[in-house]
Amino acid sequence: MSILAFVESNEGKMKKNSFEVISYARALANNLSNELTVLCFNVDNANGASTYGADKIINIRNKDLIEFKARDYADAINQVANKINSKIIVLGGSSNSKYLAPSLAIKFDAGYLSNVVSLPIKLDPFIVKRSTFSNKAFSENSINTDRKIIGLSTNSFGTNERKSNPEIIEQDISIKKTKLKVDSVEMFENKISIADADIVVSAGRGLKGPEHWGIIEELAKTLGAATACSKPVSDLGWRPHSEHVGQTGKPVSTNLYIAIGISGAIQHLAGVSSSKIKLVINTDPEAPFFKAADYGILGDAFDVVPRLNEKLKAFKAENN
Amino acid sequence: MRILVCISCVPDTTSKINFINDNKEFSKDGVQYVINPNDEFGLTRAMWIKEKDGSSIDIINVGTQSNEPILRKALAIGADKAYRINEDPKDSFRVAKLISNHILKNDYDLIIAGRESIDYNGCMVPGLIGEITNIDFLTNCVNLEIEDSKVKASREIEGGIEKVSCDLPIIIGSQKGLVEESDLKIPNMRGIMQARQKPLEVIEPESFSSHTSTLKYSKPEEKGDVRMINPENLDELIEILHKEEKII
Ligand SMILES: Cc1cc2nc3c(=O)[nH]c(=O)nc-3n(C[C@H](O)[C@H](O)[C@H](O)COP(=O)(O)OP(=O)(O)OC[C@H]3O[C@@H](n4cnc5c(N)ncnc54)[C@H](O)[C@@H]3O)c2cc1C
Ligand SMILES: Nc1ncnc2c1ncn2[C@@H]1O[C@H](COP(=O)(O)O)[C@@H](O)[C@H]1O
Repeated sequence: MSILAFVESNEGKMKKNSFEVISYARALANNLSNELTVLCFNVDNANGASTYGADKIINIRNKDLIEFKARDYADAINQVANKINSKIIVLGGSSNSKYLAPSLAIKFDAGYLSNVVSLPIKLDPFIVKRSTFSNKAFSENSINTDRKIIGLSTNSFGTNERKSNPEIIEQDISIKKTKLKVDSVEMFENKISIADADIVVSAGRGLKGPEHWGIIEELAKTLGAATACSKPVSDLGWRPHSEHVGQTGKPVSTNLYIAIGISGAIQHLAGVSSSKIKLVINTDPEAPFFKAADYGILGDAFDVVPRLNEKLKAFKAENN
Repeated sequence: MRILVCISCVPDTTSKINFINDNKEFSKDGVQYVINPNDEFGLTRAMWIKEKDGSSIDIINVGTQSNEPILRKALAIGADKAYRINEDPKDSFRVAKLISNHILKNDYDLIIAGRESIDYNGCMVPGLIGEITNIDFLTNCVNLEIEDSKVKASREIEGGIEKVSCDLPIIIGSQKGLVEESDLKIPNMRGIMQARQKPLEVIEPESFSSHTSTLKYSKPEEKGDVRMINPENLDELIEILHKEEKII
C-alpha cells in the first residue's frame, strides 16, 4: 500500500511547504508500514523529493496543469491515487491545496480533515488532531471512511531529511477540464507573499498614518520579510486588503512574526498565533499582545524600528 | 436570479472558548452567536444584486432551533426566505450533502457561502457542495460581476489576484473585499418587522453516515512569559534571533 503526498509547484519548482508535506507523509507511511509516493505536476527536478524520503515520485507532465485549477488538479490527483491504489492522500495547507481538497474528497470518496497538526494519535479508528476555533483550540477527529485525505496545517510538523533513492516516473494523463476559465493572474510586484515568507513584519494603528510605513518596509526588506497589517489599517485604506491578517484576514503561520504598534486584540491574535516566534514592539506595557509574545520591546516604533533596521543591516553585511 | 446564501452561525469573535462534558462539547455558556463574518460579506453582496435586478435571496443553515434568531437577522437584512435543516452540525460532509440535496431540488443561479467558518475553520463546505452538485466553485472571492448569465470574478491568491470567467450557476466562497466592512448591511426597524412575517422552513435531515467525527477538544498550552528586551540593547535581540532561534 502507498501513501500519496501531493506537492504544489510554481514555474517548475516544488513550493517551499512541499518538504514539510513529504516529511509528514513519510512519517505517516512509516507508522502504517506503507510506501510513500510523491505526486507533483510539471516539476523540472522531481528528484528533490528524495531528500525527504519518497519511495516513488510521479511527475505528471501536462500543459493543462501548469496553471492552477482546483477541479482539474483534483481530477488528476484522484486518477493517480486510484491507479496506485492509495488509501490515504496528504496535502499541504496552502490556499490552493485547501481549495482543491473538497473536490478531491468527493471524487476520491474520502473523508477529509483540514488543519491537521499531528500524526495519527490512533490508527483504528484513525484519529488526528486539528486546529480549530481560529487557533484557540484543538480537536481530536476521527476519519471514519476507508479512504482518507489529510490537509496538513502549514508549519505544524517541520521537515526531516531522510535521503532515499526513489524511482521517478514521468508521465502524462488526460484530465477532464472544468468550465471555469482563468483569464489572467496578476502578481503584486516584487513582493514576498505572507504565505511564503519566513518572516512577517506587521504593523497596526500605532503607526498613525500610511505615510509612516517607510520604516516598516525598510525593516521587511532587510529581513527578506513580507509586510502585513491589522484590520483597521486596511479598513482605513492605509494598506491594501491583501496585507490584512487575523481571524477575518489572512492566516499567518510563519517562523518570526514581528508586530509593531498592534495592540493584540483577540481577533488579531487568532490569526497569527500559530507563528513560531512573536516579537512585539509597543509603547503600552499593558498591550495584550505582550502576553501572547515570546519577545517584547517596550518602546516607540519610530525610535526602535529604524535603529533595529540599522543594526540588522550591519549584522547582515557582516555575516554574508 | 435565484440566489442562495449559506449561513453558518458561529460564536462571536470575542467569545471565550471553553469546553464541558469531559472536553467533548463546546461550552455555549455566555456565548453570543452571530452570522459567520465571511457569510455576512456574501449576504451583503447578494443584497446589492437584489437591489439592482430584483433577484430573490434564500438563506440556508444546518443547525438547531437556537439559530433561528440569527436567521431572522439575515431576513431582516433583506433575505426573502430561510431554510433550516434541523441538525446540530457535526461533519462538514454531512452539512454539504444536506445543502446540496436542497440545491439539487431547486434551481439556484448563484450560491454564496463563506470561504471559511470561524469556528470549525474547515474551508470545506462550499467546495464539497460544488463537487456534489457539479457546479463550479470559486473561493477567496473578492470581486463578482454578473451580466446576462456571464460571470466575471476574482480570487485572491497568495501574492496576487486571479481573474476568472464562467457561466452561471456558480458557487462562491466570500470574504472581506467582496464588499468592504463599511458596506455591511445592518437591519433597520422596517426590516426587523418584515422579517417576522417572512417564511422560515424547517427541513428534517435525511439519514446517511458522516465522514468524520469530533471526539474531544483541548486548549493550547499556556504560553511562557514574554522575554522583554531593553530598547537600548537591540544587540541582545539580534544575538537571540541569530544564535538561539536561528532565524537570521
Ligand atoms: C468581527 C471582528 C473581526 C475582526 N477581525 C480582525 C482581524 O482579522 N485582524 C485584526 O487585526 N483585527 C480584527 N478585528 C479588529 C480588532 O478587534 C482590533 O480592533 C484591531 O486588531 C486593532 O488594530 P490595531 O492593533 O492596529 O489598533 P489598536 O488597537 O488601536 O492598537 C494600536 C497599538 O499601537 C500602540 N502604539 C501607539 N503608538 C505607538 C508607537 N509610537 N509605537 C509603538 N506602538 C504604538 C498602542 O499602544 C496600541 O497597542 C476584528 C474585529 C471584529 C469585531
Ligand atoms: N451548518 C452550516 N449551515 C449552513 N452553511 C454552512 C454551515 N457550515 C458551513 N457553512 C457554509 O460553509 C462556509 C465554510 O464553512 P467551513 O467549511 O466550516 O469552513 C461557511 O462560511 C458557510 O457559508
